[in-house]
Amino acid sequence: MIIKNVRVLGGEPVDIRVADGLIAEIAPGLAGDGEVVDGGGAVVLPGLVDLHTHLREPGREDAETVQTGTQSAARGGYTAVHAMANTSPVADTAGVVEQVWRLGREHGHCDVQPVGAVTVGLEGRHLAELGAMADSAARVRVFSDDGKCVSDAVLMRRALEYVKAFDGVVAQHAQEPRLTESAQMNEGVVSGRLGLTGWPAVAEEAVIARDCLLAAHVGSRLHVCHVSTAGSVEILRWAKSKGWNVTAEVTPHHLLLTDELVEDSPVGAYNPIYKVNPPLRTRADVEALRVALADGTIDVVATDHAPHPVEDKETEWSAAAMGMVGLETALSVVQEAMVDTGLLDWAGVAERMSAAPARIGRLPGHGQPIEVGAPANLTLYDPSARTPVEPAAFASKSRNTPYEGMTLPGRVVATFLRGRPTVLEGKLT
Amino acid sequence: MIRHLISASDLGKDDALLILDTAEELARVSERSIKKLPTLRGRTVVNLFFEDSTRTRISFEAAAKRLSADVINFSAKGSSVSKGESLKDTALTLEAMGADAVVIRHSASGAPHRLANWVRGSVVNAGDGTHEHPTQALLDAFSMRRRLGGLEGRRITIVGDVLHSRVARSNVLLLATLGAEVTLVAPPTLLPVSVDTWPCEVSYDLDSVLPKSDAVMMLRVQKERMNAAYFPSEREYSRRYGLDRDRFAKMPDQAIVMHPGPMNRGMEIAAEVADSPRSTIVEQVANGVTIRMAVLYLLLGGETVA
Repeated sequence: MIIKNVRVLGGEPVDIRVADGLIAEIAPGLAGDGEVVDGGGAVVLPGLVDLHTHLREPGREDAETVQTGTQSAARGGYTAVHAMANTSPVADTAGVVEQVWRLGREHGHCDVQPVGAVTVGLEGRHLAELGAMADSAARVRVFSDDGKCVSDAVLMRRALEYVKAFDGVVAQHAQEPRLTESAQMNEGVVSGRLGLTGWPAVAEEAVIARDCLLAAHVGSRLHVCHVSTAGSVEILRWAKSKGWNVTAEVTPHHLLLTDELVEDSPVGAYNPIYKVNPPLRTRADVEALRVALADGTIDVVATDHAPHPVEDKETEWSAAAMGMVGLETALSVVQEAMVDTGLLDWAGVAERMSAAPARIGRLPGHGQPIEVGAPANLTLYDPSARTPVEPAAFASKSRNTPYEGMTLPGRVVATFLRGRPTVLEGKLT
Repeated sequence: MIRHLISASDLGKDDALLILDTAEELARVSERSIKKLPTLRGRTVVNLFFEDSTRTRISFEAAAKRLSADVINFSAKGSSVSKGESLKDTALTLEAMGADAVVIRHSASGAPHRLANWVRGSVVNAGDGTHEHPTQALLDAFSMRRRLGGLEGRRITIVGDVLHSRVARSNVLLLATLGAEVTLVAPPTLLPVSVDTWPCEVSYDLDSVLPKSDAVMMLRVQKERMNAAYFPSEREYSRRYGLDRDRFAKMPDQAIVMHPGPMNRGMEIAAEVADSPRSTIVEQVANGVTIRMAVLYLLLGGETVA
């Protein structure tokens, strides 16, 4: 197969020949037998890798399944996703992670790499059988109680130490539980006016500081999920300056949206479409996160794709579920927040959305440079398109996007998983 | 006139004064032997109460009935309040019944905003979580204006659990709109971290503020705050922030004492102070009916006061 007229990381137009799932040739004016895909001048990126996806299966198939979630991922340009462990049952045993991994293989829209729970049932009391999950067919390397914080300092220390035996990483959801009891939104000017219980930045920052110190002390790898505050960025910058093995991610929504939307938005005040954990923060936080992503203090953009059915969002604010879907809008939001603002070029996007997450997740088949011999995991993206976000067109089962009706730049034209198209002309194959 | 009354910030100065002036006219009507007006005959007002509040519900019910509206009391307590569907489904039910106005009381901040998305009638916020209670602020302003002769430049001190108080939020907004100078007094634990962005002054020292106050509004201290480390003990709270007889003596001679009720006598307010002639606490209740008549009358487009 030949992919005609694409620009590798936004460079000069070339053609790419794909054979046996690998990139066979990159040059202008390629010709030959077989299928031809016209790239139409699209930017070609290495297939995106998400470190933080909620696929909801098993347990909440009304919100998402491995099938619909991976279809959503493919439409967003992803070739691999890390499926978070907070399913029902929790992915805290080899059996559950293998089930999720196998479902991903069967559906084939993108690779599904399960994340294992750190503690049994996400309850923060006993370590789950991390080694059994690491040794299973799913080869788990990322462990997280995401949705809940491993708040016990001793348990966190032990987890960090223990996973060294199989090159694992603990991905921490940094949220001090006592400081965030019944918290509803970022604690600040807006929460004070709206009378919603505040979620202070310090509840995130204190845990990140502690965990960086713990990781340094025991010489382990730490990954920080969905960093949302300027203070967290400062702590990460300091930890990295020490040479500690700490990585971090930011979500697309924390790069674009602020807590002011809870009070004033086109969809009305107190609309839970903006309710998310960690909460949307202030403009100053958004600016700090963008700078940190540009300078590498934050390594990765991860979606925290969190599907919820309509009835869990069409409620009073305090009764609503937390989370937003994000797979199908992530690249557009990153273009809006980072590329169109001049903070990141397409090589930078490839690093933050493909190479770095593949490295942290230890996925050797993903995030490779676009060069001859590499697996043909490719995303074709047209940055010149501008389209209103239409939730009804999502492949995801859920529609809880904060971008409905917003016009965002860019469109995923095609996605290739080991040379096989999963999306062509913006549609699932 | 606005369509909904959800926040005191929905009211500009002209709207706020119109409500207060209309209430004055309606108060005169209430002095007649026949108190009932035909203004809202054939209109339906639903009292939708997800939280127990007999006082507020009765006040709205009396207001609507004196305007000849049909009143439906919908007590949703005991139904599944925690489930969001119930609010939307209830809203759709009320919509199908043709409610012209829905008066909602709810434990979740913002519930009236959500309700307004799902019903065509006017939504009146009768208290939502720790957010606002705009008719309480209006009746407080009405009571103060009657006693103090006006609000422009008057110094109003609000004391207590501002963080969790819908009464305080609505009062700060409305009083600022009406030109009063508001000072909040509370232990720092019971103030929002962002209170410096509010249109008011803040003090931690009640004794220094009292001599400069034309009205002092004491807020109720909720039982559940007492065990959540907001302050060390009831006794210490009462000593530092309670309005006892000695503190009452520091207020200017004409200054008044207010409380939205229900009171914890002996905690935030001493019994002698609550029962003094300078206390407006009972008047506030009476004025509540009048102000709610004015709000319903204006929101539902009543014509002239007979």
